[in-house]
Parts: sequence; structure tokens; C-alpha cells
Amino acid sequence: MNLLKNIAKAVLPFAVLSGLLLFLSAREILNPYWVQILQLACIVAVSALGLNLIYGFTGLFSLGHAAFYGVGAYTAALLTKLYVGAYGDEALLATGAVFLGSLFAGGFAAALLACLVGLPTLRLTSDYLGIATLGFGVIMKVLFDNADSIVPQLGGARGMTGIARMTGIPWAVAALVAAVLVIRNLVHSTYGRALVAIREDEVAAAAMGVDTFRYKLIGFTAGCAFAGVAGGLYAHLYTFLHPSTFDFLKSFDVLMIVVLGGLGNISGTLVASFAWVFLLEGMRVALPPEYIEFRWVLIPLLLIVTMLVRPRGLFGVREFPFLRSKVYR
Amino acid sequence: MYALIALGYTMVYGIVRLINFAHGDVFMVGAFLAFYAVEKFHLPLPAVFALAAGGAAFLAVVIDQVAYRPLRNAPKIAALITAIGVSLFLEYFTALHQVFGPNYYAFPRPFRVVSLEIGGITFTNIQGIILLATLVSLGALQYVVFRTKVGRGMRAVSHDYVTAGLMGVNANAVISFTFALGAALAGVGGVLYGIAYPQINTFMGVMPGLKAFTAAVLGGIGNIPGAVLGALIMGQSETMTTAYLSSTYRDGIAFVLLIAVLLWKPAGILGKSRTEKV
Amino acid sequence: MILEVRGLTLRFGGIRALDGVDFGIGQGELAGIIGPNGSGKTTLFNAITGIYRPDRGSIEMSEEEITGLPPHEITRRGIARTFQNIRLFRDLTVVDNVRIAHHPHVRYGPADALFRTGAFYREERRTREQVEEYLTIFSLQDRRKELARNLPYGDQRKLEIARALASCPRVLLLDEPAAGMNPSEVGTLMEFILGIRKRFSLTVLLIEHQMRLVMGICERLIVMDFGQVIARGLPAEIRKDPKVIEAYLGKPVGGVRGNKSCDR
Repeated sequence: MNLLKNIAKAVLPFAVLSGLLLFLSAREILNPYWVQILQLACIVAVSALGLNLIYGFTGLFSLGHAAFYGVGAYTAALLTKLYVGAYGDEALLATGAVFLGSLFAGGFAAALLACLVGLPTLRLTSDYLGIATLGFGVIMKVLFDNADSIVPQLGGARGMTGIARMTGIPWAVAALVAAVLVIRNLVHSTYGRALVAIREDEVAAAAMGVDTFRYKLIGFTAGCAFAGVAGGLYAHLYTFLHPSTFDFLKSFDVLMIVVLGGLGNISGTLVASFAWVFLLEGMRVALPPEYIEFRWVLIPLLLIVTMLVRPRGLFGVREFPFLRSKVYR
Repeated sequence: MYALIALGYTMVYGIVRLINFAHGDVFMVGAFLAFYAVEKFHLPLPAVFALAAGGAAFLAVVIDQVAYRPLRNAPKIAALITAIGVSLFLEYFTALHQVFGPNYYAFPRPFRVVSLEIGGITFTNIQGIILLATLVSLGALQYVVFRTKVGRGMRAVSHDYVTAGLMGVNANAVISFTFALGAALAGVGGVLYGIAYPQINTFMGVMPGLKAFTAAVLGGIGNIPGAVLGALIMGQSETMTTAYLSSTYRDGIAFVLLIAVLLWKPAGILGKSRTEKV
Repeated sequence: MILEVRGLTLRFGGIRALDGVDFGIGQGELAGIIGPNGSGKTTLFNAITGIYRPDRGSIEMSEEEITGLPPHEITRRGIARTFQNIRLFRDLTVVDNVRIAHHPHVRYGPADALFRTGAFYREERRTREQVEEYLTIFSLQDRRKELARNLPYGDQRKLEIARALASCPRVLLLDEPAAGMNPSEVGTLMEFILGIRKRFSLTVLLIEHQMRLVMGICERLIVMDFGQVIARGLPAEIRKDPKVIEAYLGKPVGGVRGNKSCDR
């Protein structure tokens, strides 16, 4: 009974949102460019929610998020490419099942890698964990650059081309709704509270019966799985992958989104993700071409000012009503 | 080369526990100042060094005043994000046509580079100068930190910011001094970089900056000889990767090394691991 | 004996922080550990709760060996503690502080949490009732939505005990629960400790410097100095023990001199 009700509650926002967006784009109120940007914003939000789980809720300073995003992207893209190679384009487009499967595979690959990386490194503390994950990000970039020497389809430093365009508004919105629900339900449970306890005081959390290492690993792995799925969606939105998209500097982008929104704040991450993508792309349209380079001058300035004015993020600890805990008011 | 940048990272981290991501870009600005000094004004070499070091130090102090000081008591991450912001700003702002411009610029060689061979090992005079500069600055830093009054202030602030203030140390002045000192070294590093690899660009600070930071962590962050040791190890391992493997793996190897060392000694080679008092 | 410690030794570098500590606590007892600063009392707590791993010796809880287990396993076996320097989850609410300690006793899986099944709501309600009970005992119920960091000092100490209780312990270790409290607060604290011991049939072991509290409620005392147990017995006996007096006051040395380097 409860389960059915919950499924209905999850499907409703998905149906309304994607219905609305599809309607707007069919009526050409939204041009294809903005539809694509909207999807990108959803994808970035999914990935940022993952990092928020890792850093915002569990307090693990990870600077390698883009690497996991990349692993998801390459894994999913390779799988659909192999499938197209064997059965042709139509077979892939006919049902979403293969695409869904490859997205899950992307998420799973990122999670698996996160687990392998996390096992040794999660024993490190704060800044040392940060620099180790940053290092991991650089290593992965080097591997992406050289990936074609092992699997030619991955393209290496020249980039991977010819990925089927599968991501659309329904996929992106569904992923975002699912990510928000998963993270909300997790955070407002005893498992989420265990993660937050680790962030607050690891020793005290252990003394309260929380298996700190296990939960750190779970939080890290789950957050990276989000990045993996987001990566898969990204690959099938732009149909082209290049290692520079998964550079360690891109990990900073996600980190900035999460911190701007407020650590451990789901609403903040959502708003900051959309604001980030729209600001970047909006300036591309709004600024005259000769001033296009000013984008990256203005954005850091905006970032610095925001941090100086609101060091705890735009939202602080406030959440949208539907993201608050229900059991305790 | 990494050593000079790494020293700045390690000093700033040691004192305010901030990964100063903008440090690599201060290095870049130092190189560009030197470029203009040589190219446009034909200044003599000592003046070039002084200008680069002074300019970099001034820039770092300004950055500290504007961007970091207001966040001294805010969550650490806020200052870190600001540091990333400052770094991006410096890179893209200086890449504007109106400032330094986005292209690669050939750095004029102020003297001829000659190769010497001693005992089967060839090295150039510029490498010799870099090594000498590193050793001199290492010695000078050790002297400043352990033998002067400012140095005592630095050690006190790094131990406990608040208590140092109560004991009559002007913490903010000490922090500014640290930023200036670290940046001056980076500025000198920038000039040497320009001479050694005669091409500069506004993004040149990113990778050396990151690797210098890695070197600092490798040697034990906050520890001055550790930074130099870490930098030497990194430089060697990179040269060897390029020689025996392939240069495409070069950027990766430093970090493989870093992770391996951190797993073995979580506080770096010369770092002291502190057990938390419960 | 519910808690039995034998020959516990722990070294930090060259220093023996614990040097062959032996003692046992019976079911339902209320015992105190006293000793000068740096005598190893808190280190002993850290070794019992698994934060430090002892070099030698054993710790048994109800005849079961728990030496060297990780902290959360020890908590699950029924030992809870508070910290000398208060380690609350400072940026969380009072309620969340207590709820987290209930974590090992929440009976639903991750899938129940993700899909918000009936089991999830049932267990969350049960946890909530439990938490309210602990908060009421310590009269913290009106502060339930406040952040732990904003509580007055005395309430923070109480919240720490409430949090420890929420992990359903059989043995409660209190590390200087009365530190920084004024005499009237110490009085209420003593009543609280006696009250919860009775209500939850607890065994309590506490470290304390305030002699009034120690002598007032402890049934038995253990005295430590330089990592060793130097005396144990009834409070009245301990008070007269010459070894204890020496440990606290030391042997007399020369007179007090002024500080010559500050000439004013």
C-alpha cells in the first residue's frame, strides 16, 4: 500500500515536469538549445547531489568527482556503442531498456571504482583525502587520454565520437527526480543520520555505535554512483566525449556548486546547479562575441563575492518544504 | 623548480591551513612581470628578479587582504572555494587581450644557456642556477622561521592562531608576511621557469602549482625541508617516467607516487602524524 | 563481574600511559575512578571503548572478550560513554544528537528507507518516542529543536549523557560529568545519575575530580597514578590511604620563588 503510494508520489513530479517541458519545446517556446541546456542542468544537478552526499553530508573532502563522472560516461557510452555495433541503431532506439541498462552500468562502474579507491584512501583525514582524490582525478585524466591504446573505441586524447543521442527531457528529469528522492529519503533515515554524525565528529559517532569506516565507504560509493549515472546521461546528450571534460578542474566546478548551495543542503545544490549552468550558458548568449572570454572573469568574481557574503552557502540550512524531514516537525 | 613553489604552499598551509590554489597563478604573474621587464624595459637581471619577487609578494598580500582575511573565522571550505575563485579569476583575467593576452609568449633569454658535463652527467647552467636558488631560499627560510622574531611569530600562529594573538603576536601581520614571502619565492620561480622553458602563458601556473602542492604534501605539508625533498622526488620521478615510459603518463605518475606515500605515511615523508586527543 | 579489566597496558612512545591496570565492576555497581591529572584515567576509558588499542591485557564484558574490537562493536555490546571535553554533534539539533545514538537499534534496512515502507515509519516513530523519553528525563524536551552548540554548558553535559543512554548501554562510562558545574548543578547531576542507574538498571563507572560527587554517590573507588591502580576500596578507606594522599599532594619541595625574568 505504502509502496504504491510512494511510487505514485515519485511519478507525479516526473510526469508534470517532463510533460511541461516537452509541451514547451513542442510549441517552440523553448528552442532546442535551451532544451539541451535544461537537460545539462539536470545532469549537473544529479552529479552535484552525489558530491553533496559525499562532502556535504558525510564530510569527506573529495576533489575527484569529475573522474567518476567520466568513468560513468565512458562505460555507458562504450556499452551502447558496442550494442549498436552488434544490432544497429534501430534496436537501441526501439526500447529504452538498453540505455537504462548502460546508465546503471555507468553508475555501477563508478561505484565499483569508488569502492576500490575508497578502501585505502578513506582512512586519510580531510585535506589529505582531498589531495589524494585530486591526484586520483589527474591519474584518471591521464588514463582517459591513453584509453585508446587499450580499447580503441574510447578514442583517447582525440575524443570519443559517434555515441547515440539517447538522453532527452524525460530521461534527464527522471534521473533528477530519482536522485532527489533517493537522497532525501536516505538523509532523513537512520543511515543518513549516521553519515551526518561522521561529518560532525567521527570519534563520537563511533562511540555511538556507528561503523564509521563502513558508512564513509557507503557514502562515498553512493555519491560516486550518482556521478556515474550523470556521466552516462551526459555522454548520450552530447554524443561526444573528450578527456578534458573530466579534468580535475571540472571537479572544482561541482565542488563550487555544492558549496555555493550550502553543504548538506539539497535545495541549495539544486538551485546552484541550475544557476551555474544557466549563468555559464546564458552569458554565452547574452555577452557580445568579443566579450565572451569575460565569462570566466565574471564567474570567479561572483563566486568570491558570494563566499564573502554568505560563507555557509546561499541557502544555509533552509530546505524546500518537500525536502524536510516528515517524522519530526 | 617545484621546490620554490612548494615552499610557498607549505608555508601558507602550515600557518592558516588553507590550500592556496591561487599560488600557482601568483607564480604565473611573476613570470609575466619578468617577461615585460626584460622584453619592454630591458632591465638588468637582478632588477628582473627583484621586480618579479616584489610584484608577486604584493599581489599575494592583496589577495590575502581582500579574499582570505574576511573568511578567517568562516568554515575552511569557504576560503578554499574563494582560493579557487581567485585562481580562476587570475587565469582568465590575465588571459584577456587587454591584460597579458591568451597566447604563448616567447620568453627572451637574458643569458646563453650552456651545457656542462661533469662526471658523465650533463646539465645546463640554468639548472644549476635553479638548484642554487632553491638551496639558498631553503637556507634563508630556515633562518627566518627558526632564528628571527617574525619566524617565531609564524610558528606560534601556525600552532594556535587565537592564543598567538593573545600572546601579543600580530597574527594578521604574520600571515601577510607569510603570504608575501611564499609569493616572492614563487615570483623568483616564475622567472627561472621563463628562462628554463622559454614559453609562458597565463595558464602555465595550473599544473606546476598543483604538482608543487603535491610535492609539499608528499614531503609533509607545513614542513620546509619536506617541501624541497618532495619536490626533488617528484622532479626525478617525472624525468624518469618521460625517459623510460612515455611523456603522456608523466602527469599521472606524480600522483600515483603521492597516493602511495600517503597510504604509507598519512602525513607525508617528513610530516609528523598527530594523533587526536580524545 | 560485568566489566573485567586485566593487566591492561598501553604505551605512547616511551611513556606507559597504562601500566598493568586490573579491576572489575559488578553488575549494578556505581564506581568512581580518581587520580591526579595525567594519571591515565581518560586513557583507560579510551582503551575500554576501543578508541585506543591496548598493547597488552584484556577487557571482558559479561565474560566476553572485547579487547581490540572497534569502538562501534564495543558500543553494540553495551558500553556507552561521555567525553571529558564534550563531543556533541555541534551543528545538529538536540533531537538528532540523541537519535543518532539509537542507530544500532533501528530495525529497518536501507531499502525501507529509500522506499519509505511501513517498517520505516513504524521504526522512526518508535525511535521518536524513545528519544522523547530520554529528553524528558533530562528536561531537555523544550530545547529539542535547538542546535547542540547553542545549549548552555550544563545542558550540553546532560545531552551527552542522554545521547549515551540512547545507545541502550548496560555499562555507562562518564568522563568528568561534573566538570565546570556549580555546586547546585552538581547536586542535580548526582540525582540524575542515581535516577538513571535505577531506571535503566545500569552499571556506572565515572571519572571525577569533584570530591563531593565522588564521595557522595560512588560505592567504590579506584585510584590511579602514573598509569597504575594504586588503591581501591570504599570511599571512607580511600580518604585515609597514605599512598593516595601522597599522589595528590606530593612530597613537599622547596619554597615558592618569584619569576625573575619579568622585572617590573
